[in-house]
Amino acid sequence: MAEAVQAVVRPEWSSAGGCSSVSGVPRADGDLAQAAAEGDREAFAELLDLYYDRIFRLCFRLTGRREEAEDLTQDICLALPGKLRSFRGQARVTTWLYRIAVNAAHDRRRRTASRTRAAGGWGDWEVNRRAAATDTAASLDWLRRSMSELPGDLRDTVALTVDGEMTHAEAAAVLGISEGTVSWRLSEVRRRLRAMWQEETGR
Amino acid sequence: MTDPLDDLKRAFERATPAPDTERRKGNLARAQELFDRSQVSEAERRRTDDRPNTWAGIRQGVRHMLNGLTSRPVLAATGVLAAVAFAALLVTVLRDAPPRPPVVVADAGVLPEPVAPPVSAPEAERPTPAPAEEAQADTTDQLELPEAPIPAQQPTFPIAPRRTDPASFDARFAELERQREILRVQLESVPGPDNGAADTAVAREGELVVASEPPPPPAAVPPSPRLVAEFSPDPAELRQSVRSVAEAHVAAWAHDVPGPRRPNTEAFANEDASPVRVTSEEPVSTFSIDVDTASYPVVRSSLTNGYLPAPESVRIEELINYFPYAYAPPEGSGAPFRPTVTVSGTPWNPDTLLMHIGIQGRQPATDGRPPLNLVFLVDTSGSMDRPNKLPLLVQSFRLMVGQLDPADEVAIVAYAGSAGRVLDPTPAADRGAILAALDRLHAGGSTAGAAGIQLAYRVARDMAAEGEVTRVVLATDGDFNVGISDPEQLESFIARQRESGVYLSVLGFGRGNLDDATMQALAQNGNGQAAYIDTLAEAQKVLVDQLVGTLFPIANDVKIQVEFNPATVAEYRLIGYETRALRREDFNNDRVDAGEIGAGHAVTAIYEVTPVGSPAVLHDALRYAGRAAEPPGTAESPTGSRELAFLRLRYKEPGRDTSELVELPIAREVGEAGADQRFAAAVAGFGQLLRNGAYTGDWTWADAIGLAEANTGDDRFGYRREAVTLMRLAESLAEAE
Repeated sequence: MAEAVQAVVRPEWSSAGGCSSVSGVPRADGDLAQAAAEGDREAFAELLDLYYDRIFRLCFRLTGRREEAEDLTQDICLALPGKLRSFRGQARVTTWLYRIAVNAAHDRRRRTASRTRAAGGWGDWEVNRRAAATDTAASLDWLRRSMSELPGDLRDTVALTVDGEMTHAEAAAVLGISEGTVSWRLSEVRRRLRAMWQEETGR
Repeated sequence: MTDPLDDLKRAFERATPAPDTERRKGNLARAQELFDRSQVSEAERRRTDDRPNTWAGIRQGVRHMLNGLTSRPVLAATGVLAAVAFAALLVTVLRDAPPRPPVVVADAGVLPEPVAPPVSAPEAERPTPAPAEEAQADTTDQLELPEAPIPAQQPTFPIAPRRTDPASFDARFAELERQREILRVQLESVPGPDNGAADTAVAREGELVVASEPPPPPAAVPPSPRLVAEFSPDPAELRQSVRSVAEAHVAAWAHDVPGPRRPNTEAFANEDASPVRVTSEEPVSTFSIDVDTASYPVVRSSLTNGYLPAPESVRIEELINYFPYAYAPPEGSGAPFRPTVTVSGTPWNPDTLLMHIGIQGRQPATDGRPPLNLVFLVDTSGSMDRPNKLPLLVQSFRLMVGQLDPADEVAIVAYAGSAGRVLDPTPAADRGAILAALDRLHAGGSTAGAAGIQLAYRVARDMAAEGEVTRVVLATDGDFNVGISDPEQLESFIARQRESGVYLSVLGFGRGNLDDATMQALAQNGNGQAAYIDTLAEAQKVLVDQLVGTLFPIANDVKIQVEFNPATVAEYRLIGYETRALRREDFNNDRVDAGEIGAGHAVTAIYEVTPVGSPAVLHDALRYAGRAAEPPGTAESPTGSRELAFLRLRYKEPGRDTSELVELPIAREVGEAGADQRFAAAVAGFGQLLRNGAYTGDWTWADAIGLAEANTGDDRFGYRREAVTLMRLAESLAEAE
C-alpha cells in the first residue's frame, strides 16, 4: 500500500506544467477513493491520512486563521464518509476533495456571517484591523492584509492555486468555473496586489 | 517587478501552520467511525436502489440536484419551460426595440469578470479547448436571435415535455446557463468608460448593450445544441445522467443548507406580512409613506441570476412603487399632492375588494426650481473595484451631472480608500472639472476611512444657502465604515444632521455584501431615499428620470391613516408597508418621523378589504360583541353605510415643523380599475407569491403574468415589460423548486 501512496504524490507535482493534466489522472489515489467508496475501510483510512494535512493547509489558506482551519478540517473529515458516495472515478481525488473543502468553507462563512460583514477569518481580520485603525505596514501582516483586501472569489482562487498544487484547469473544476476565469482572476489578484503595494510604498 | 503571487506564495509558506496532531488523531478516528457506520446504511440504500426506476425518481433527482446547487447561482429551470421563457423574453425585447443594430461597447479597460457560462463540472474536466472565435461567434448568434426559429410572441407554455435526452442534458444545461448569462449581461449592460459610447449606451430596454471581449474567451462552450432534444426512452440511462450531472454540480454540501440560495452576507429589513384585521376590533390602519424602490432591483438581480429572491428581501410596496403611474396631479396651490382612491375587484379573490390609494406629488416647474447642492460621498474601498460598483457609480453620476442646472453645485468626498475631499464645491456649469474628478475616483487601498460622513456633511452645510436644497448622496456597496463605526451612533448622527436641513440619499451598488437594513435605516433617518442601482438603466431611472423627484422633497413626514367603516368592511389587510407601520397615536404626533414625497413622485398603497357579508370573511363574528363594544369614533359618520373608509393624510411642508391634514371619504361604489391600478395589483400579487403569502389562494404566476401583461399601458421606459419578464423567470424557477 505504501508504495501505491508514494506513486500517487509524485505525478501530481510533475503534472503541473502539462495542459492535459486532467486526462493524465494518476489512478492510484483514484483507486483508493473508489475502493473507499465501495466500502473498503482500510482504503478510507489511508486516503484520509494521505490528504489530511493538505486539506488542513487549504483550509488555512481559505480562512486565514488556525482555529478556523482546524474546525473546518474537522467538518470535512466528519462529512467525508457521507460524501464518498458522490465520488465518481472520472473526477480527480484532489478536485473532488478540494471542492468539498471549498463548499464547506463557504458554508461555514455563511453560517458565521453576521449582520454587517462576514465575520471569521480574513474578513474578521479586516474588521478588527479597521476598528483598531492599526494600519501598521509591518511586513509580517502583509499576507493578512493582502488576503483580506481581496473579495471572496479571488481569495478562494488564490487559496487553491498559490502553492502550485493545482493547475488552473483543476482549480476551475473545483470552483465550477472556466479555466479562463481562473486565469483572469489570478491576473486580477496580481493587479490588485501590485496596486496595493505601490500605494503603501508610495506613502 | 516580482510577481506578487510569488510573494504571496512565500508568505503563505511561512504563515501556514501544521495541523494540531491531537486533533488530527481525533478527527481521523471519528471519521473512521462514521465511515463504518455509513457502510451499514449504505447497504440499506443499495437495496432500495434496486427498485425499478420511475419518473418520480428522476424528478426527485432533479430536485435534489437543484437543491444541492449552492456554490453558485444556477438556472434552476430544468425543462423546456425556461427555454421558452427566455425565447419569449428575447423576442419581446427585440420586438419592442427600434430596428437599430445592437450597440456593442468594446472595452478592454473596465471589464466584467468573464461571463463565460459556468461549465458543468464533467465538461470542465474533459479537455475541451474550444476555439475562442467559435465561442465568441456563438454568443453573437444568440443576440441576433430573431432569425432563429422561435415560438410566436405569445408562447403557450408546454408543461408536458419534462422528458430529457440524457446525452444532451449537460449540453442543454450549459445552453440554458449561457442564455441566462446573455440575458444578465444584457440587463446589466455595464458600459465602458468611453464618454461617447457611454452616451449611446444609456440602456433603455430594447437596446442591446453588451460589454464584449472578456479577457479570456469563454471556454468550452459546447456547440449550441437543440433546445428541445429527442426523447431517449431509457429511464435508467437518464437517471444515471441526471445523477451524474447533479453530483458533478457537486454542492453535495447542501444537506444542512436547504434551497438553492447562494451564500451571501446581505441583511434585509423586513417584517412578517400584515395579517387580516377585523374592522370592528381595529378600525384604524396607520403607516408612513415609502417611496423607496430598493427591493425591486434586488428581486430583479436575484431572478436574472437564476434564483428566487429570499422572501424577506421582498418589500411589496417597493415593488409597486417602482413603476410610474399616471395618477391625476394636484391642481392649484393646495396640498402638494393629490390622492386618488379606486375600489375594484381583487384578482386573487372574487369575494374581496382592492382599495387602491394612489398619491401623486406635484410636478415641479423644472425651470423655476431652487438650486441644488449635492455632495457625493463615495465608497472607494477595495470591494468597490468591480465593474458593477465603482465604474457603474461613476457612470451613473456622469449621467446625473449632465442633467444639472448651471447654478447647481457638486462636491465629492471619498472614504475608505483614497479618502478625503476629491472635489471642492463646483458649479455644475463647470462640467469638465466634475467629470475629471469622477474619473479620479479609484477603488482600492487599505487606508481606513477617515471621517468621511462628517466631512460630507460639513461640506454640505458650507454649501447650503437660503432657498437652496442640499443633499448628501452616499454611494456604497454596503461598507458603512464611513468614519463612525457603531451603526446606532451613525444613525443618530444622521438624524441630528437632518435638523440642519441636509437630506441624505443612499445608493447601493453590487450584491453580496449589501447591508440593506442599514441602508434603509440611514435613508430613513436622514430624510432621504434608499435606492439600489444594479444597471445603468436603473441609474438612469433613479438619478435622471427622477432627478427632480429624488432630490426635491415637496412634502415631509407623510403619514397615511385609513379608518374603515365597520358597517361596510368586515376585514381589511394592508399589502406591504410592514416596515412602515405606525402606531395610531403617532399619526397626529408631529415629532414622529415618516417618509418624504419628492416632486413628481407617486406613491401607491393597496388594501384588500372584505365587505360585510362576503363569504371571504375569515374571522367568525364574536358572540358577545355588540354595537356598544365598538369604539365611539367609528359610529360618528352620518353617511354610515355609504362609505367604505375615511382617508387621512398628514404631511409637512419642507422646512416646517407642524403638519397639515388632508381628508377624503372613500365611497363604497366599486369602480372599474384602470390599467395603472390593475398593473399595481398584478405586482402586489407577484410580490405576495414571492413572499409565499397566505392570501393569494390558488392564484398562480401565470395569472400574475397575464394581468401584468394586459396592463403594461404605454410603458415609455419599458419598466413594466421588464417586470413581466421577471415574473416569467420567477414562474420557471418556482416550477423547478
